[in-house]
Formats: sequence, structure tokens, C-alpha cells
Amino acid sequence: MTPLFEKPVWRLVGDRGALVEYGDSITPEINRKVRSMAMAIGKEHPRGIVEVIPTYRSLLIIYDPMETDVSHLQGELDSLEAHLDRLDIPPPRLVEIPVAYGGDFGPDIGFVAGFNELTVDEVVEIHSAAIYQIYMIGFTPGFPFLGGLSEQLHTPRLETPRALVPAGSVGIANNQTGIYPVASPGGWRLIGKTPLTLFVPSRRHPFLYEAGDLIKFVPITVEEYHAVAARGDG
Amino acid sequence: METFLVLEPGAFTTIQDAGRYGYQQFGVPVSGALDEFSFRVANLLVGNDETAAALEITFQGPKLEALSECVVAVTGAETPIRVNARPEVGWRSFAVHKGDVITIRAAQRGIRSYVAVSGGILVPEIMGSRSTYVGAGLGGLDGRALVTGDTLFREQAAAVPSAVSLPERFRPALSSEIALRAIPGPQDDYFDRGIDDFYATSFTVSAKADRMGYRLVGPEIKFKGGAPQSIISEPSMPGAVQIPPDGSPIILLVEQTAGGYAKIATVISPDLDVIAQARPGDRVRFERIDLATAHGVHRAWREKLRVVREILQSGKSCVS
Repeated sequence: MTPLFEKPVWRLVGDRGALVEYGDSITPEINRKVRSMAMAIGKEHPRGIVEVIPTYRSLLIIYDPMETDVSHLQGELDSLEAHLDRLDIPPPRLVEIPVAYGGDFGPDIGFVAGFNELTVDEVVEIHSAAIYQIYMIGFTPGFPFLGGLSEQLHTPRLETPRALVPAGSVGIANNQTGIYPVASPGGWRLIGKTPLTLFVPSRRHPFLYEAGDLIKFVPITVEEYHAVAARGDG
Repeated sequence: METFLVLEPGAFTTIQDAGRYGYQQFGVPVSGALDEFSFRVANLLVGNDETAAALEITFQGPKLEALSECVVAVTGAETPIRVNARPEVGWRSFAVHKGDVITIRAAQRGIRSYVAVSGGILVPEIMGSRSTYVGAGLGGLDGRALVTGDTLFREQAAAVPSAVSLPERFRPALSSEIALRAIPGPQDDYFDRGIDDFYATSFTVSAKADRMGYRLVGPEIKFKGGAPQSIISEPSMPGAVQIPPDGSPIILLVEQTAGGYAKIATVISPDLDVIAQARPGDRVRFERIDLATAHGVHRAWREKLRVVREILQSGKSCVS
């Protein structure tokens, strides 16, 4: 496993962007570094940075070329990195996502169980026991790419993606698990559904979590699902 | 107040402003007007803040009935405009009265036009922007393109002069032979001879060209021997030129979030306005530019906008 780069690798992204890579693999360690640097930049907000987008192993920095340039940014990020331990970086939040597993909510749970020679109950137990790190958010608004899926649950994608996966569906694709915050086409194996509304554009904080946060799935019954859905919170 | 009744929506007409910033980390693309210069000038011509919401037309324009008196300007593509039977021209504001019908026909050159109305199109601001992102049904009018029967509203505005026009010398030249300046990277190291091919040849804009991206057709751009054909998924910026395994470049635009293919180069931001006007069938070539030169071009783009703003706001151009 490749560890963190000794020095980040900078790549140019046009005249307004730079990609700063901290490693070239998908590991919790590299992603924690990405999160710490994103938070450090958020705290210190070096002049000219317009937006910082954390990814699996890098930060995409969008800057205003009228305010700064790449060599300035390199200097400022190097200095932030050197003093990272002095910055008060809060620990990642743990966000609990209630999930009703199986049935109509998770039509592929039987396949996931069969493929991995497990019972459906074991799939639920294993999936909800883990704490997952949000490596990146993308694909659709709020879609979390989660690391930490047990090898016991790795399952290939559907051969033919569904035309429409309902919002709230929880799925598995190979070594990844994730949630569909908005209805969209998708090829992940669906094992359950959360009654929470994960993306509310009109809310002050439209999303329940951000990259770097931790997610834990909490199994709930169909009755509990409907009770939460009826309250309409999330 | 009520401003337009949509009699015909046109091919793909959406409400856009300067974009939705701050949410790319949550997978929400910036959206916003693709041709930023034309969009901003349309607003300036009708006395608006230059980032007020306006209509973005793709190719075939709408037919709009005015529901109240207002001042309108159309910029961007070269396109026939009529108010009732009276022809109007682009880059020049005109007054319309209640009951007038504005017809904007198919673009003859370029493909995107902007319709600004005094006061600015009024829709709720969603996550800091009025831009439509149809991919997630966000912003604009119910997150979708206009349809027949829609009523558009605008903000109240003080009376503004009409017949304000942008002097010819500031208007972009529209051509079917397009040169785009691009900075190598972020993954130019995945290519060797493919880089030379990329800058040496020209490509044709395919029919798959929308606000997400422009797919180009031309010689296959080959990866370096041994280079992986995909990367760990990462967010993209508008202008990034992605090379999928089939070797046909895709210029990613404002409705793209994350992707897993290598990007050979990134078109500089001032030239996004140029891509926005490219039509299927147009020829595109890429010119390599270094970062320092690109920043000079960027400053010049901003300076031009500043001069235009000064001219239009001082009213010096009222006579045309």
C-alpha cells in the first residue's frame, strides 16, 4: 500500500484550478490528510481561494487568478501543512443513518447474501456494524463515496443499471457502499433505504454530512421507517 | 411582477445566473451561464446587476408574450429577433409593451443567446443561485427548462433607457473554426505522442454537446504505453478535456461534477465563452498556453468587461 506522498504533487487545472495530491491510493490515512488540509484552508482561508473540494486523495483548489497564483498558493499550503498539528482540527462527525434493510427497500439484498454465502441477517449485521469514512461526495448532489465496506459484502454492480433508483436507497458496488440522496439511474445493488431526506436544497445546510465525516448505518424496522418518513425530518 | 408568458419554449431554454458556488464539495456543479461575457452584457444593457438571472437559449429561441412593459436585450449567438413584426437586433436593448410578442428564431451563427429583462428574471434563490441544474431538478423554474404556458416574473426595476447597445468592437467574433487555448494537465503525464496529436490536429464538435460537456470527433488520442486509462475519481473544472478509453476528447462544462478519466488539458476560463458558442459540425483545435500567459489573458478578459461596464453604465452608448 502506497503511503502518503512525502511532498504533495501539484497539478495545474486550467487558469483557475490546482489539484494537490497527497497520495495515489484510496486509504483512510491519505483521506484524513486531505480532510485536515481542507479544514486548515477553511480556517485560515488564504487570499484568493474561491473553493476547496476534497477528493479521495487530493484537494481541488479553485482560485481567483486576479488575487493569487499557484506559487503563492504552494507557499501558503506548505506552511499550513507544516503547522497542521498546531491547528485545532475537530474530529470527524459521526452521522447515523437509519436504514430499513431488505424487502421492497433493498431488492438486491438476497443477491448480496447469496453471492457472499451469507444470510440476509448477516448482511444487515455486517453492513451496519462498520463505521464508514466519506472519502468524497459527487456523482449526484450528496452522493457519498464511502470507504470501509467489509470484504464479506463485496458484490459486483448490476449488469444492467436501473433506470431510476429511488432517493434514499443504500447500495453496494464492488468494494464500495453508498446512498442515493436523489433519485437517479444507478447500477449499485440495493440493500435498503433510509427514510431521511439527505438533500434539502432550501435548508440552511442542504446536506447532512460532508467529506471526511463518518457514517454509521442503524437498522430500523419498516414501521420505524414509515414513522420517520411521516415526520419528514432529516 | 409578471413579465413573460411562454408561448413556445424553444429547443432548450433555462434560467441561469453567474452560477452556484460553494457546493461542488457536495457534488453540486456550478451551472450558470455558459457564455459569461454575453450573459453579463445582456444584463448591463438593460440596467441590471450583471449577475441577475436571465434566459439562456440553446439554438432555437422561444416565443414570449410580454405581460408588462419592460426593456429587453438579447446577446450571444447571431439570431433573428422580432417584436411582433418589427425586427430587432442583438446586443442592443429594446422596449416592449404589454401584449407584444418577442420571437427569437434559430441561431445562424453561434448557438447560445441570453435574454435579459430589466429587473432580472425572478425565481427563488436556491443555495445562493437562480441557475437551473436540470440534472438534479435544482434552481431556475422548478429545476427544468421552460415549457409552453410558463409565466416568468421579474424583479421590480426603475425605468431604464432602451436602445442601449454594445459597440461592435467589443462583440465576440463567431466562427465555425474555433481555437481554444488550453493549459496541459492535470493528467498530461498520461500521454506522450498523444499530446502532440492533441495540439496538432483539429476536431469536429459532435451532436453530443450540451451543458455537461462537448464530445469531439477526430483522430484518436492515445495514452502513453502503460499509463492507466482511468484515475481515482476526482472533481472536474469547466474546460477540462477528458480522454476516455476510446480516445475521443470530451470538453467538460458547467454541469459536470466528478469523473474517473484522465484529463489531458484544461481550456482557459476566458475561452469557455467561445466553447459555449460552438455548434455541432464546427471545427475545434487546441493551442497550448502556459499558466502565466493564461493569467494575462484572464486579466485582459476582466479588463474588457470592466471597460464595457463603464461604457454601458455611463450611458455613452445610448445612440446606436
